[in-house]
Parts: sequence; C-alpha cells; structure tokens
Amino acid sequence: MQRKHLFALIAILLIATMALAACGGAKATEAPKPAEKPAATEAPQATEAPKEEAKPTEAPKEEGVKPADEIVVYNWSDYVDPEMYGMFTEQTGIKIGEDNFSSNEDLLAKLQGGATGYSVIVPSDYTVAIMIEEGMLAELDHDNIPNLKNLDPEFTKLYYDPGNKYCVPYLWGTTGIGYNTELLENPPKSWKGIFEAKEDDPWFGRMTLLDDVREVFSAALIYLGYDNNTQDEAQLEEAKNLLIKAKKGVSGYDNDNYEDLVGSGENLLAHGWNGDFLQAADEYENIDYYIPEEGGTIWIDNMCIPANVTPEQKLAAEMYINFVLDPKVGDMLGEYNYYATPNKASLEIADPEYKDNPLVFPPPEIRAKLHFIKPLGEFESVYQRLWDEVKSAQ
Amino acid sequence: MSVPARFQSNDRWQQIKSKMGGWSLTTYGILAFAFLYLPILILVIFSFNDARSVSKWAGFTFDWYGKMFKDGQILLSIWNSLFLAIVSTIISTVLGTLAALGLERYRFRGKTAVDSMFYLPVIIPDIAMAIMLLLFFNMSGIGFTPWKVNFFGARLAVPYSVIIGHVAFNTSFVAIVVRARLAQMDRTLEEAASDLYANAWQTFRRVTLPMLMPGIVGGALLAFTLSLDDFVITFFTSGAGFNTLPVRVFGMIKKGVTPKINAVSTLMLAVSLTLVVISILLSRRSGDGDSVQMGF
Amino acid sequence: MERLRRHPELQAWLILAIPVIFLLIFFMAPLLIVFVYSFLERGKYGGVEWVFTLDNIRRVFDPLYFKTFLRSFYIAIVTTLITLGLGYPLAYFIAKSPPNRRGALLFALMIPFWTNFLIRTYAWLTLLRTHTGLINVTLMNWGLLSKPLPLYGNDFAIILGLVYGWLPVMVLPIYAALERLDESLLEAARDLYASSGKAFWRVTWPLSLPGVVAGSMLVFIPSLGAFVTPAILGGGKSLMIGNIISNQFLGAHDWPFGSALSMVMMIAMLAATLIYFRWTKKSESSL
Repeated sequence: MQRKHLFALIAILLIATMALAACGGAKATEAPKPAEKPAATEAPQATEAPKEEAKPTEAPKEEGVKPADEIVVYNWSDYVDPEMYGMFTEQTGIKIGEDNFSSNEDLLAKLQGGATGYSVIVPSDYTVAIMIEEGMLAELDHDNIPNLKNLDPEFTKLYYDPGNKYCVPYLWGTTGIGYNTELLENPPKSWKGIFEAKEDDPWFGRMTLLDDVREVFSAALIYLGYDNNTQDEAQLEEAKNLLIKAKKGVSGYDNDNYEDLVGSGENLLAHGWNGDFLQAADEYENIDYYIPEEGGTIWIDNMCIPANVTPEQKLAAEMYINFVLDPKVGDMLGEYNYYATPNKASLEIADPEYKDNPLVFPPPEIRAKLHFIKPLGEFESVYQRLWDEVKSAQ
Repeated sequence: MSVPARFQSNDRWQQIKSKMGGWSLTTYGILAFAFLYLPILILVIFSFNDARSVSKWAGFTFDWYGKMFKDGQILLSIWNSLFLAIVSTIISTVLGTLAALGLERYRFRGKTAVDSMFYLPVIIPDIAMAIMLLLFFNMSGIGFTPWKVNFFGARLAVPYSVIIGHVAFNTSFVAIVVRARLAQMDRTLEEAASDLYANAWQTFRRVTLPMLMPGIVGGALLAFTLSLDDFVITFFTSGAGFNTLPVRVFGMIKKGVTPKINAVSTLMLAVSLTLVVISILLSRRSGDGDSVQMGF
Repeated sequence: MERLRRHPELQAWLILAIPVIFLLIFFMAPLLIVFVYSFLERGKYGGVEWVFTLDNIRRVFDPLYFKTFLRSFYIAIVTTLITLGLGYPLAYFIAKSPPNRRGALLFALMIPFWTNFLIRTYAWLTLLRTHTGLINVTLMNWGLLSKPLPLYGNDFAIILGLVYGWLPVMVLPIYAALERLDESLLEAARDLYASSGKAFWRVTWPLSLPGVVAGSMLVFIPSLGAFVTPAILGGGKSLMIGNIISNQFLGAHDWPFGSALSMVMMIAMLAATLIYFRWTKKSESSL
C-alpha cells in the first residue's frame, strides 16, 4: 500500500514536469525578463507586461499621446459618489469602468501575480509604501495634474510618498471605538476598558475587535505605551498575552458587519473604522464614535497608477486624478462617504455639518495621538504567527 | 452476497411498517427542505426592509430594488456569473463524465497517478490554486483575452482564463459524482445491448448514457452551483473589467451588509428559477417520454 | 474498432485523453508552481527569491499548526457525519419519489445555493444572534427561555453553517447511486430477510456505498479548508487550517510558506483519500 502511494506521488510529479516542459517554451522566454530590470529579482514581477503593452514602465514623455477612450478604476466598493463617473465622461469623453477589491492584501497579491488593465488603483498608505518599494507604481506627471495645488500641504509630506511622486491622497480616516448610545451611557474612555474588561462591565462579551492583525496589535501596543510598528519581540509578546486575555470579553473579530451589530443592539461597542460607524449612524441614530485616550490609528487611501499601464491609459488616469482633486468633486466625494477629504479647496466650499464634524476631522489634540500602520517586510510573518496564536487560544 | 436462508412471514405487519416508513420519509423530506429554505426566506424578507439593517425589521419598501436596478454594474455582474457558470458547467460536465468512464471502467498502467490527479483539484486550498493560476496565465501568456458574446441581450466579455479556472476545479467534482453512479451500475444491460447492436457507440448512446444520467445531472448541478458561488478563483483569474456577482458582493460587504445585497441575491434567485422553469417546460414540450427517463 | 475492443487500455486512454490533457496543462502546471515555490525563499512582500531552502517545509511542522489541523479535522469529521445523517434520508426521499417529480426536487435542493454564499451566511447570523437573533428573541418572548442560548460565535454555529452549506453536495452523489436501484432486487431482499431494516442494510446500503463515499469526501475536504463560515458564524474566534493558508498568501505576504502548507496538506489528504477509497471498495466487494 505505502509503496503504491509513493509511486503515485512520483508519477504525479513526473507528469507535472512533463506538462510544464510542454509549456516550457513560454516559461523559458519569460524567465530571463528580470534581467531587464536589474533591481527586480522576483520572478512574478517579471510577468507584469503582456505583449500589447510594449514599453509600459516609463512615463510617456513624448508629445502627442492621446488619452485612452476607456479606463478601469480598481477601487473599494461604493467609494465614489455615483455621479462622479458620469461627470468625468461628460467633461473628457473618457469612459470609466470600475472593479472592486475587498482588501489591500487581495489587491497587492493580484497585482503581484501580474494582473494588468487597471489604470487607477486605490490602495491604503502602507500598501502604497510596499508598492513603491516593489516598483509597482508609475511616477505621476505633475504637469497633467494641476489641481494638486488644492491638496492640504500636510498631505504632500506623507512618510510613504513625500512630494506625491507616486500617489495622491483620496480620503482618510481613523480607527477607534463605536458604541450604542441607547444601551451604553459610559463607554470606556481608555483601551484598558476594552483589553481588560471585567465580567460586570456591560460590554463584556458584547463587543467585537477588527479581524485584522495590524489594527488589533496597534491598538494593544498603543495601550501598552509602545510603538505600534514595533519589532521588539518582548513588547509583542506582552501585547499578544494581553490580547489572549482580552479574548474572553470579545464576542468576535469582525471587519464587515460590526456597525450593524452595534446599531441593532446585539453588541454594545466595536473596534472599527470611523466612516463605517458614521454611515450606520445615519440610519440608526444611536451610534457614536470616539478615539480612546491613548490614541488610535490613522489611514489614508490613495489614487495611484500601476507601472504596467500604457501611455494612453496613464494620461487618462492622470486626468481622472486631476478631476477628483477638483474642489467640488472632492467635496462630493467626502460628503458621500463620511470620510475626510485631503483637499483643502474642497473644505472651503463644504457643508459645515461635514467639515466641522469632529468625528470626521478630529481636532489637533487627537490628531497628535493617531499613528500610521507601516509595512514591516518579512517581520510581518512574526505578527502573523502571534495573531495565529491569539486566534487559536481557547 | 451471502444469503442466510431464513424465512419469516408477517406480511400485514410488514405492509403497515412500510407505509409508516413512507409517511415518515415524506415528513422528513418536508422538514429537510424547510431547513434549506429557512435562511433563504429571511434573506428575501430583509431585501424589503425599510432600513439599512439586515437584522432589525423597520417596515416594507422596494427601495433596495430601485437602487439595485440603477446599478448597471451589478446587473452586468449577474449576467457574467450566469454565463460563466453555464459555460464552465457544460465543459466540465463533458470532461468529468469522460474522466469518470475512463477511470471507473478500465484498468491500465499509471491509473493511480491519473486517479490522484483527479482528486487534487478538490483538495487544493483555493487561494493557492488561484494565485498559481494567475501566475501560470501570466507566464504562459494565454488566457486573458476576452470572449465577446451576446447573452440574452447583455454584451459580455468573459476572459478565457476565468472559464479555464472554473473548469479546472469543476471537472473533478463532476467526475467524482458520476463515478458514484457508475460504480453502482449493473453492467448486464450493456453487455446484452452490445450483443444485440454490436456497435460500441450505440450501446453507449442508448444504454450507458441514459443509465448514467442521474449522475451526470447531479454532477452538472454541483458544478453549476460551485461556479456560481466561487469568489477566490474568479477574483484572481479575471482580468480588468470582468466581475461576477460574488466578486461584487465581496467588495460590497466591506461597506457593511445592506439589504441591497439581499435584493441582488433575491433577483439572482428569481432569474435562475425562471431559467430552470423555462428549461423544464421546454424539455417537457419536446417530449423525451419515449425510452428512458433521464433523472428529470 | 475491432482493434480498439481488443485493447481496453488503448480505449481507456482515448476516453481519458481530453480531460487528462486539460488538467495536465491547466491544473498540474500551476500546481508545479506551488511545488517549486515551497522550496524557495520568500520575497519581501509576496513572490519569491530564487534561493533553495527547506525552511518552509520545516516550519509547517509547528505545533501550533498541528493543533489547528487537528481542530479543523474534528470540525470536518463532525460536519461530515451530521451531513451524512441528514443527507442520506433526503437523497432516499428524492430517489423514492415519483420519477416526474425527481427533477424538480433536485432543483429545489440546489436553488437555495444559487443565492450568494456570504448573504446566506449572514441570513443565518440574523437567526442565530445572541441578543437580537430571531430564534432567541422568539423563544424569550414566548417565555420559553429566561437567558438567551449561545447559538453563535461557537463550534455549534460553525458546524451548523457548514452542514447547511454542504448538505446538497452530500445528497447529489447518494441520489445518483440510489436512483433506479433495481426494485426487483429490493423485493427479493424483502422476501429474503425478516425486516425491511435488514433488507436495507444488506442490499440498499451496500449499493449506495459509492455515493456515500463520494459525498463524504466532497463534504469532508472543503469543510477542512473552510474559513469564511468560521469567520462569520464562529465570530472569527477560532483558527482553521484554511485561515492559516490564506493568511500566509495575503496577510503575511509569505507565498512560499503558504505553498508549503498547501503542499503538505494536499499530500496528507490525497493519501487519506486514496486509502479511504481503497478501503471502502474492498469492504464493498467483500459483501
């Protein structure tokens, strides 16, 4: 019996090798490609450019490039005012198709696998940092984006892309705590109430944390007074133990449905993103949001152009980015989503109810306590391993 | 089969018992279907909810349907899903049935290896398969060109890579179901037929295939369902501009679960139900009532 | 034709040629990438460095992952057994109903699954929630409960969700095996044996065994790799093997380790599957 299975396995591998030899032609011609780009040693990178796009990686410097007739924007779902695409087509004649991804990780993996055809993508800050490092983004031609001047100067000095060489901020927001105002009068002001909840706390067993390694570890590290991007294993161990202890009081880890659970009264509070709570608050009117006193995290979503676009697509993409930076369009976008716009000119014309909302635009003293989640390269495996331990603890 | 020669007769008792058995079987069937439809009922009800929540009833409205029908992308993704599911089901049903016949009916060298190959697509974690298919399509340069087609008036562009990806995992599922039927089938009929007709093809066409039908139909239904619901493989193997319903829904969920998604699901249910009823009516009309009934 | 008949091996390959070639190109070649990647070093954010290493294989045998594997195994076994218990009589019911109704019943079985998987799961959540779920609220309003039952965020909810999701997959092959079981055979059996129960175990069950085996496999394997149902109905509070693999490809950007985990799991499962099929075939033919 055993020998037979061994035989089967060997046979499979042989067949597979033969099959690959059959498509060997394709593989062999593809493999040397990394040599063209001296820096890139990873194989998947090599496959970015399919045949139609001859020399896509360089910015189009030559004159006379006409914008593409149609571009695909790769965005989060429901993240534009539905009227915006129509307006853009009316102004420029360029049609827009939209595809959706559901996480930065999905987006990154798909592009690293070599997906092409997207002209504008909307990744978050740390993913932009990764993509720049991996050479996956095209440099923006600022001449085609005059509206860059509308950007709040603060957003031109971002750690991941100073000077907006590769990307333009789209919307930004914070991660904190949302709670049900009808069922809970005094939510915990500190993360202590979350991570060290006692059994007689009303929210014990009726709260969720995000199902996201870095967000949850950031919250725990901030509570413990450490850098939320720490690579100190002792500090991480402490955070892990805190999270395992906190698990008893947590009813679940959830990214998608937590605001509904709070609004409907199933849970009393939840760790989550501000815009989600504010959108739900529109419906339930019993949801409020705050950042615990130790602080929270901040994130920025950005418009970028993948390195594998054609010059025509790139020009059209830059026109779209310029369009979004228009004061009126930026205002539409922000008010539709309840997320903060980085567009200073938009704020001048915005509805006071939006621009004076401290939950959308936290005041400076809170801003000072917000931290970015930064990419950590191979060290992320350590975080993942610790998170697996938290998840599997009973 | 070894048969112990033991006879006991208690006919009346036997009859009553089998009648009781029939009743309880029917009751069980009804309960089982109730279980299957319970969440579907909830899903449909909340698609009419006059609030953003899918858990707290706030009154009746058609708003979510209005919102959905204004969303051209959603409607397109429904057509994409249906087309992809139908095409990949047809291909994988043919391939899977052939594989089942070859593997169940014959002995040959290397059979264990081929056998194993047909189990692997069921076993492989779909995220691994999805990313590797994407790498493979890129390395080999095949696949991402779209198949432009007019499907019930909707103009679709379906990349070959997605169809191939779906067929690659569905073929095995079909093969396994069809083999379950083949393994149990009585071969005497086929042998008798081949004595009469003397033509292998005719024997297959007139005897084997009809007898195999419940397995083929079961396999095809399974393939269709899996294809219609697949997210991971579709997400990674589709090029820009092609979205199926699950891909859209996975994106929408990130902004919270709203009754709009329920409305989309209800529509999907209604469309597929209509297609099924039409096809059943058509097949009744064309009248296949003569020789062998084919599972439906 | 004559020659073909005399050479069954040739005949077999003719029938198998197209599906085998298809899978070789479009499944085995990508699978080979998984295999090769298992032995390479990780790229910083996904992808690989072309440096050979056995590190990934070594890391697979981490006790944490072994523990998770055991847990997934337990959930999958329980799910399969319950699904078999519920699915067999349902398949029997469909197979025993009048022929003109069977098609409609089969479709009725599948149609709930033509809605979206996520939405179905969230519909269950609406029923199962602790404080606002329909079941608990109804039972408490009727005064049957004083404290809500813990229906969600635990293994019960995970298994319920999996059983629900995979029930039709169990029913289809069993139905395929049961449909048109030779009635005369059953009649003879009934005459032969004292009880219809005995007739069932001696005749019907062995004949339906190929369907039971196929159905159990089709339910067991995906349950083992499930991670969306545990995340939604289980509250994401426990780890399954599917999560770990998916997280390596996405969260940790560690494709080689994800590949290694996939490979090891596949080899283990394939061996188990082959042994299972052999064993059931043997017990079938010995009857």
